[in-house]
Amino acid sequence: MSASVHPLLRAKRRKEALRNLAFLSPWIIGFCVFFAYPLISTVYFSFMHYTGFNNPTWTGGKNWSYVFTEYPLFWPALRNTLWLVVVMVTLRVVFGLGVGMLITKIKTGAGLFRTAFYLPYLAPPVAATMAFVFLLNPGTGPVNHILGGIGVPTPGWFTDPHWSKPALTILAVWGVGDLMVIFMAALLDVPKEQYEAAELDGAGAWSRFRYVTLPNISPIVMFAVVTGVIQTMQYYTQPLVAGKVASGIIGNSGQQFEPGYPDKSTLTLPQLVYNLGFQRFDYGSACVIALVLFALSMAFTALLMRRRSGFLSAED
Amino acid sequence: MTQATLDRDIPVRGSGADVDARARRTAQRRRALHWIAVHALGIAAAAFFVLPFVFVFLTAVMSDNQALTRDLWPHTWQWSNFRTVWDTPGFLTWWRNTLLYAVGGTVLTVVSSLPVAYALAKFRFRGRNVIMMLVISTMMLPPQVIIIPMYLFWAKQLHLDGSLWPLIIPMAFGDAFTIFLLRQFLLTIPREYTEAAKVDGCGEVRTLLTVILPMIRPAIAAVALFQFFYCWNDYFGPQIYASSNPAAWTLSYGLESFKGAHHTNWNLTMAATVLVMAPVIMVFFFAQKAFIEGVTLTGVKG
Repeated sequence: MSASVHPLLRAKRRKEALRNLAFLSPWIIGFCVFFAYPLISTVYFSFMHYTGFNNPTWTGGKNWSYVFTEYPLFWPALRNTLWLVVVMVTLRVVFGLGVGMLITKIKTGAGLFRTAFYLPYLAPPVAATMAFVFLLNPGTGPVNHILGGIGVPTPGWFTDPHWSKPALTILAVWGVGDLMVIFMAALLDVPKEQYEAAELDGAGAWSRFRYVTLPNISPIVMFAVVTGVIQTMQYYTQPLVAGKVASGIIGNSGQQFEPGYPDKSTLTLPQLVYNLGFQRFDYGSACVIALVLFALSMAFTALLMRRRSGFLSAED
Repeated sequence: MTQATLDRDIPVRGSGADVDARARRTAQRRRALHWIAVHALGIAAAAFFVLPFVFVFLTAVMSDNQALTRDLWPHTWQWSNFRTVWDTPGFLTWWRNTLLYAVGGTVLTVVSSLPVAYALAKFRFRGRNVIMMLVISTMMLPPQVIIIPMYLFWAKQLHLDGSLWPLIIPMAFGDAFTIFLLRQFLLTIPREYTEAAKVDGCGEVRTLLTVILPMIRPAIAAVALFQFFYCWNDYFGPQIYASSNPAAWTLSYGLESFKGAHHTNWNLTMAATVLVMAPVIMVFFFAQKAFIEGVTLTGVKG
C-alpha cells in the first residue's frame, strides 16, 4: 500500500477487504469463541487446581505429574489405543479395500450389494453398539448360539477383558462402508490400459494387484490409514456405551459407571476427559488429558496435510 | 453373459475352427467360474453386513419370554413392541429433541458455512492458505479437547446446561468439515461463471445465491446429510450438556438408559434400536446418490 496507489484503487481494495471479512465473519467469530479461547483456557486450567466449586489455584505441574504417574487409567487407555491403532485400523483398511475391490468386480445386482455393504456405516453408533452387545452377549446372543452349534469355543466378548477389544473391532469392521466407497472410487480411477499391458506381459492376479493397483491407490491407502489413526485416538461413543451396557450400569440407575468395563479394557483417552472432569470434578487433570489428545491429533493431522498437499491447492 | 451368446452366433469357417472353439469354451468356462466366485464372495460379505440387522429386527418382535431364550426365530410376531417403546414416557420427547437438534443444527451449519467456503474458494486475499490450514486442523480435533472450558462457559456463566442450546448455537458460526467440503466442491466450478455474473452487474451475494447455489446443490445436499447424521448420532454433546435434564435428552443418549429400565427385555431394547436406526436409513435411501458422492469427495478430490 504505497502512497502512489490511485485513490480509486485504494477504495476498491478497502471494499474488497471488507467484503472478505463479511464472508469470513462466521468462521472468524466461531474460531475465536469456540476454539482459540477454550484452547488457551484449557492450557491455563491444566496448571490449576479447580473442582468447579473453588477458586482456581495455581498448582504448577502437579496435574501433569498426577496424570502421568498416579492416575490409574491413563496408561491402560494409551495401551488400548495402541492396540486399536494396530489391529482395528489395519483390519478396517484391509477389509475396506477387499470389499471395495469385490464391489468393482460384481456384475449382477451391483447396486444392491453396494447398499448392503454400505448400510452398517450409517447405523447410529449408540444403536449399533447396543445391537452388537446384544448379538455378542454370551448368554442368549445369536453369535455364540451359532458358534456353539458348530462346536467352536464361545468367548465372553464384551464381558471378557481379552475379548472386548476384538468385539469392538468386529463392530468397526462392520461399519467399513466409508472406506469401501473411497476405495471403490480410487479403484475405478486406475487406468485400464495399465491392467491390459500387465496382462500382455503375463502378470497374474497377484502381480497385477501388487504392481498396478497398489501403486495407483497408495495415496488413498495412506489417507485411510492416517484418518483411521486419528479416529481411533478419538474413539469414544462405542467403547463407552459397550462398557456401560455390558456391565449393566446405565446412566440414571444411581450407580456411577467407572469407564473401561471389563477391567479397563475398553478405556480410551477421550473417556478419561469425561472421567476426570465430569465424574471426579478434577478439571485441571482433565485438561491435561485434553492437551495430550490435542497434541496427538495435531501430529497426525500434520502428517495428513504433508502427505496430501492437495488439501490446500486452489484452482489457480 | 451376452458375450457368450454373441460368440455362439459367429459362423465358424476355415481351418483351425476346432481349436478356436475349444479355446473359446475354456475362456467361457473361466468367465463363468469367475462370475460364480465373485458373487459367492459377495453374498458371504452381504451376510456379514446384513445379518446383524436381521437378528436385531427378529429379536425386536419377539415376546418377552422368548427374548430370554437363545431362539433365533420369533414364535409369535409381537409387533406391539414398537408401540410399547413409542409410548414409553420420554421417548417422544427424545425424538422431538433429536429432530430439533439435527434440523436446526444442519440449517445453521450450512447457512453459516457457505459464505466462508465461497470466500476461501473464490476470493484472492493474503492469509487464505493460513485460514484453510486452520480449518483443516480444527476439522480433525475431537470435541473433548476443549470441552472443559466450553462446559464452564455454557453452564457456569450462561446457565444453559440441561438443554441442547450449547450444541446448537455454535453451529451458527461455521463448521470446519462443512466449510472444507463445500470449498472443495466450489473449486471445481470455473471462474468464468462468477465473472460472467459480475459483468452482468451482480454483487457477490447475488452471484452466490443465484448463480453458484443452484450449481452446487448436490454438495449442499451432501454436507447437509453429513451434518444431520452427525447431530442425530451425537452422544458426547448431549451427555455433557443434557444429561442432568431428561426432558432435553436425545435419542442417542436416551436409548442407552432404555436398556437400564428394561434390562431383562432385549426385545424392547432392540425395538427401540430399530426405531432409532430407521429414520437414518430412510433418509439414506432418499438421498443415496448425494451421500455417496459426498463420501467420495472427502477422500478422493482435493
